[in-house]
This record gives sequence, C-alpha cells and structure tokens, in this order.
Amino acid sequence: MGLDTAKLRKRILGEHLPLLLCLLYFAALAPFAEGFATSYNLVNVFSAMLPLLVLATGQTLVMITAGIDLSATAVIAMASVVGAMIISGDVGWLAGNPLAVPIGIVAMLLVGAVVGAINGTLVAWFRMPPFIVTLTSLMFFSGLAIWSTQSKAISALPHSFLILGGNDWVTLAIVATVVGGIHILLTRSLYGRWIFAVGHNPKTALVSGVPVQKVLVGAYIAAGLIAAVAAILITSRMESGSPVHWQRNLLDVIGATVIGGTSLYGGKGKVLWTVYGALFLTLIDNSLNLLNLSHFTIMMVKGLVILAAAMLDVLRNRENG
Amino acid sequence: MNTGKPSIKTALRFDSIVKEFFGVRVLKEVSFEIGEGKTLGLVGENGAGKSTLMNILGGNLQPEEGSLWFGGQPFSPRSPADAEVAGIAFVHQELNLFGNLSIAENLFVNCFPTTGGLINRSRMFNDTSAALKQVGLNLSPDTPVDRLSAGEQQMVEIAKALARDARLIILDEPTTSLTDIEAGRLFKVLRDLQQQGITLIYISHALEEVANLSDDILVLRDGEVVGNGPKSSFSQSKMISLMVGRDIDHLFPPRSHTPTRKPALRVEKLGRKGVVKDIDFTLHEGEVLGISGLIGSGRTELARILFGLDPVDSGNITLAETSILKLSPAARIQKGMAFLTENRRDEGLCAEASIADNMTLVAAPRFKRGPLALVNRESISLEVTRYREAVRLTKSAQNTQQVKTLSGGNQQKVVLAKWILNQPKLIILDEPTRGIDVGAKYEIYSLINQLTQEGAAVLVISSELEELIGICDRILTMRQGEITGQFNQGEFDREKILAAAIH
Repeated sequence: MGLDTAKLRKRILGEHLPLLLCLLYFAALAPFAEGFATSYNLVNVFSAMLPLLVLATGQTLVMITAGIDLSATAVIAMASVVGAMIISGDVGWLAGNPLAVPIGIVAMLLVGAVVGAINGTLVAWFRMPPFIVTLTSLMFFSGLAIWSTQSKAISALPHSFLILGGNDWVTLAIVATVVGGIHILLTRSLYGRWIFAVGHNPKTALVSGVPVQKVLVGAYIAAGLIAAVAAILITSRMESGSPVHWQRNLLDVIGATVIGGTSLYGGKGKVLWTVYGALFLTLIDNSLNLLNLSHFTIMMVKGLVILAAAMLDVLRNRENG
Repeated sequence: MNTGKPSIKTALRFDSIVKEFFGVRVLKEVSFEIGEGKTLGLVGENGAGKSTLMNILGGNLQPEEGSLWFGGQPFSPRSPADAEVAGIAFVHQELNLFGNLSIAENLFVNCFPTTGGLINRSRMFNDTSAALKQVGLNLSPDTPVDRLSAGEQQMVEIAKALARDARLIILDEPTTSLTDIEAGRLFKVLRDLQQQGITLIYISHALEEVANLSDDILVLRDGEVVGNGPKSSFSQSKMISLMVGRDIDHLFPPRSHTPTRKPALRVEKLGRKGVVKDIDFTLHEGEVLGISGLIGSGRTELARILFGLDPVDSGNITLAETSILKLSPAARIQKGMAFLTENRRDEGLCAEASIADNMTLVAAPRFKRGPLALVNRESISLEVTRYREAVRLTKSAQNTQQVKTLSGGNQQKVVLAKWILNQPKLIILDEPTRGIDVGAKYEIYSLINQLTQEGAAVLVISSELEELIGICDRILTMRQGEITGQFNQGEFDREKILAAAIH
C-alpha cells in the first residue's frame, strides 16, 4: 500500500502535474471571475483551445528532436492566404468551382509541407541551428504573406469550408484525429522511437542505424503539415484568409508545449502533457479576459507562468539526475 | 603495538562514514586512514562506492554519518571549492579541461593572478611554466588544450593540482585513455610526487598499476571496506577475490572452439589518405581477431570505415561475399554488422533514455508491423527480458530505468545487448572493456566466446594487450595506418607484438 501511494504520488507529480495545476487554478479563480465556472464558458474554453492544441502537438514533435519550430505562425499566415486566394468566392482563382475547397485544402497543406521541408533540410543536411532556421522562415513567410495580400483579409469563403472551424464538433473531430495520430506515432511506431533517439543523442542514433537526417526532415514536415491544419481551422473560424491571423500567438504554442513538460533539450515529451499545457494557457487567457484585464496584463501573467513551468522542468530533472 | 615507534602523521582519516541515496546505504561505516605522503590504491568493482567515497572527500556529497579528518583537523567540505582550498585536487577519468583555452588559462581558470583588477599574464605564464616543468611537459603555456594528446592533458590536470599547492591528489582511472608510453610517463611523474611528500589516492581497475604505485591498498565491495593494509599483504588474485567476493581462477574464460575457414569479412587494399593505407585481411566466421596499436595508429579509424561512418578512397570491403563499400551504416547493420564504439557515452548510449529503449534501438525495425510501422510491444519486451539475462545485466535494474543511473560495466552490457539483440554476423568491438571492473570484463569475454560459438565473427580493438592475448584467435598490429604484423594463437609473444605495434 505504502508503495502504491508513493507511486501514485509520483505519477501525479511527474505525469499529470500540469492537469493538477489546471484544476487548482480553476478552483482558485472560479469564485472571482464571474461566469468562469459555467458550462457555457467551459465550452468556450475547449473550443478556443483546439487550434492551439493542434499547433502545440506539432511543436512537441519537433521539440522532442531537440529542435524548435518558430515558423508555425508563418505557416498559418501563408497557408491562410494561399487557401483563401484559391477558394474565395470574390477573388479566388477557382471561385465557384465545385472542387475549389478540396483543392484549396490540399494547397494549404502543401504550403505547410514545403515550409517544413525547407526547415528540415536546413537543420538536418546543412546542420544549421533550428532556432535560426525557423526564425528566418518565420520572418520570410510572414513577410511574403503580407506582401502578397497587401495586408488585406480575403473573405467570401465557401460555406462548406466554414464548417471545418465553425462547427465545434467537426473541429473536434479533426483535432482529435491529428492529436491522437501523433500520440500513436510517438508512443507506438518505429518512427516515434527514432524521434526520441535522435532527440536523446543523434550520434548514438546514427551509429545504431537510425536514418537521423530523414527523421529530422520528417519531424519538420509533420510540424509544417500540422500548422497547415491549424491554418485551415483558423481561416475557417475567422471566415477570412489573412496574413495576420495568430501572428501574436507564437509564444503560446511554445509555451503550451513547455508548460506540459516537454523538454527543450530533446528526448522527452508527450502529447498528453501538451494537452494539459494547452488547456492551462487557454484557461489563463479565458479567466483573465473575464476579469477584464488588458491583453498586455495577460501577456505578463502568461510569461510568468511559462517561466514557472520551465523552472519546474529544471527542478524535476535535477531531482531525477 | 605502536608504542615508542615514531608513527607517521595521518594525512586523511575516514571515520565510520555512512552515505545513503534514497534510503539505500551505498557506504556502510567506511573507516580508513592514509599516512602523510603515502599512496593509497583504491580498488573495487563498479558500483562498490569508490566514486561516492571520493565525492564526499571532494565536497560534492555530504555523508549522513561519520566524520572526516584532514591534516589532523576535522574536515567537512560543503562544496568542491572547500576541498580545493584545503589542498585536495581531483584528476578525473573524464578530463575536465577547457579545450578552447590555453594551458595557462586552464590552470588558473578560477583563480587568475591579478594586478589592479586585470589578469597578470606574465605571472600566470611563469607559474604555469614552473608547474609544467614539474610534470615533465615541454610545452608553451599558451598552447590551446585541445591540441594536446590525452596523455598530455592528463599531465596538465596534474600540473593544475600542483599549481594550487595540492597536498592530496586523487587520480581516478588516470590511464584508461593513455597509450603505454604515456602511462609510463605518468608513473614517473607520480613517483616524483611521492618523493615530494604529496599524498595520493590512486583509483584503477588496472590492478598491476595499483600494486606498483601504492603503499597501501583499500578494497571496497558493496560500500564496505573488505580489505585494507600494506600492499605486501595483497596479491593481485587476492584483490580480485576480495573485490568480487568470490574466486575468479582466470581472468579470461577458456576458449572452447576453433574458428572456421569460412570468410565473414574480407578487406582488400583499403585506403584513406592520411588515415589508413593498404589494409588487407580476412576475418572468418567464429573467429576473434584482435587489433593492437597505439592511439592514433588508425585502428579506430579503420573500424569506422568498416562500419561506413567514414569515407574511403580505395579498396574494397566484402561481407558474406558481397561488397558493402557503398552501403550506409544502417544498411550494413541490416547485413548483420554491429559496432560497439570506444565512446560509450557519446556514441553508444542514449543516457537519458531507458534500458529497454536503448536495448531495442538497433533491432526496432524488425518489430514493426503494418503500414504505420507500429512496433510490437509484447515481442519486443520479451526480447529485452531475454537479452538482459544473456548479458547478465544487474537484476536490480528496472527496464524503464534511465541507463545513466547504471554503473559503467552495466552500461556497457546494455550497449552489447543492443547489438546482439539484432543477431549480428560480424561485430566490431572498440575498447569493449574500457573503465569496467574485473567481474564485468569476464562476463563480456564469455559473451564474445558465446557469439563466436554461434558463428559470429568478432573484431576486437584494445589498448590492453593482455586482453587481446587472452581472448583472440589472431592479433594484427597497426601502426601509422598500416598493418605491421600478424600473430596466431600459440605464437602470441607480448614483446614481439608490442614491437610490431610501436616500432
């Protein structure tokens, strides 16, 4: 019995700590933030969390390889603009064409895959630091998206496209597929084992026959594709293609991943942890909004929370090592 | 007993030291003392508590019970800095120098001599020159450390201790990365230090070295002192039986079979400019072939070329009658090759990952099922159980435990298990027993025997000639990238092999 409770305690503190923090935060804020603990609001929280969760799942994949993907929001901007330019009923190249939406979606995914392939190639074959590679592609593709639209939103998107991000159930199904798929990939597949090995020690992985470069390129392409899925959901939800969607939220994506417990040093991370991290950040956003705090105050609070999570990661590692 | 005799002053005394980790006692009331200016040889298997003991002395760990005395005073270092101030210096197995800094900067990295707040470079250089002279190194103080050989770096470590007026120097496995010649130089310097009255603690698995250098011997097993006294009362075999707690009659298991004449690996005229030249040999199924040579002789470089990690300029490599010259390491692994590198930490293990994940890294592709390449967890965990028994991994380790928590010998067993789980036909072992204890060494030799019995061919590279003589069917010597000699079992002659490797 003694051992079991110790094990349980370790599991909760080690595995599910961010969930525990979510619950504690919820309990602490519920009496103060009016409307926070209502079912209506909770549906809002979950709905708002979905795009962030998808993005953070892609980030988790890259971070386990000891990398980082700062280009996620640039993929959103670029894919959103390209998709809208194809499917918009006003200015779209395929306006009115029954195949516009499927082609648009494929094009958006292609944008993600291309950006990811560029990132991955530079990281894996040219051995450049992921931070610099993805930072520069963030700058380049964000700039390209704004330049190509002259910073204007493109609206009049077809109804069939608006369902994807507009209907919570459809969105949930898409998100669950992506997140669940990545979870299985990481925990059950050969590719998942290779991702962790590359994150732990690329030299050992190489000597052990792991195709290190392909694994890395694959991780960045997957992250790009996942960011494109988020772009589809966001573009659909906002009912417009725009180069400024989500441009201020890049650090939420990285923050959610780190709060969950995925290590910036690679080799350690779980999709479930990232679910907790995304939930926690969304709860903070939502509650502070309800308290009528400004965007800037919320940013300050989130900064502190992410710092605390990173510190917790360091402390936990020290305890284990 | 000690009436009237002028007793030697005690330099260091451990008094009933107890250390626990997570409730497990790793040191059980350890008591001993060292006389001023004496050398203590500290031996014990991996995990016996040697490092813990020295970490307490060095201020990295604090004991739960007991007391330490240094120079007649109670001594309780709370940090490495405390130990350094008291005059204790550590020369680690893994060298702790800054490769990008000069020798002088390394010596004074945390205590630069200053004048008016600025570093006094001329004083730093003069002091460094003096310390280098003491260890017999004829180098300029501003030489960057990463230009030095492993042996020279070791000397710099010792010079660093001397520059800080250390009275007690702890040497932890100082010869593992040294060639015989470099080790000889090290022993000469250590003898000089003994003459100067500096107290030494010498930790090593090389029992011959320990016996040669020490005045007293301390044997640790499972955190307990199982033998302590003047070296005259310890033969090597007594040390071994105390260390392992049982008698090991021979250091090497008997070879029970002879190699076949069927070639497993054929290397023809292999060359790479400035690295290896005209390498020609055939390795047969069931054969253990050793390569002896100094560090820098091209032996490790040859292994890396054979495994496809480094490119070649000319020649051919044939495995099972087909050329593998153009294949990647991954493809060579699929053809049945395995390569245990000399660098366990950097290229052998994922230190933060679990035992099971490390063990299955190479063979994982064989367990993939279906279009998603999902890994069959049941059959893979069966293999883990089977092979951790095959390599006799310590029973106390959980499969989910991180490998970095294991002792060196057990870590090496995990690396070996990782390769043999893939059932290799040709296994290259580069320094397979570096830094591991006698018991684990014996088990690794037995495994090599077993692999050859099952028909595998084994190529062993080692700096320890005794080891090659003990386990090989044939030994090749290498020097400056070329093969300089071949010796068959029965005609192994230490002197001749060394001569072929060195001259």
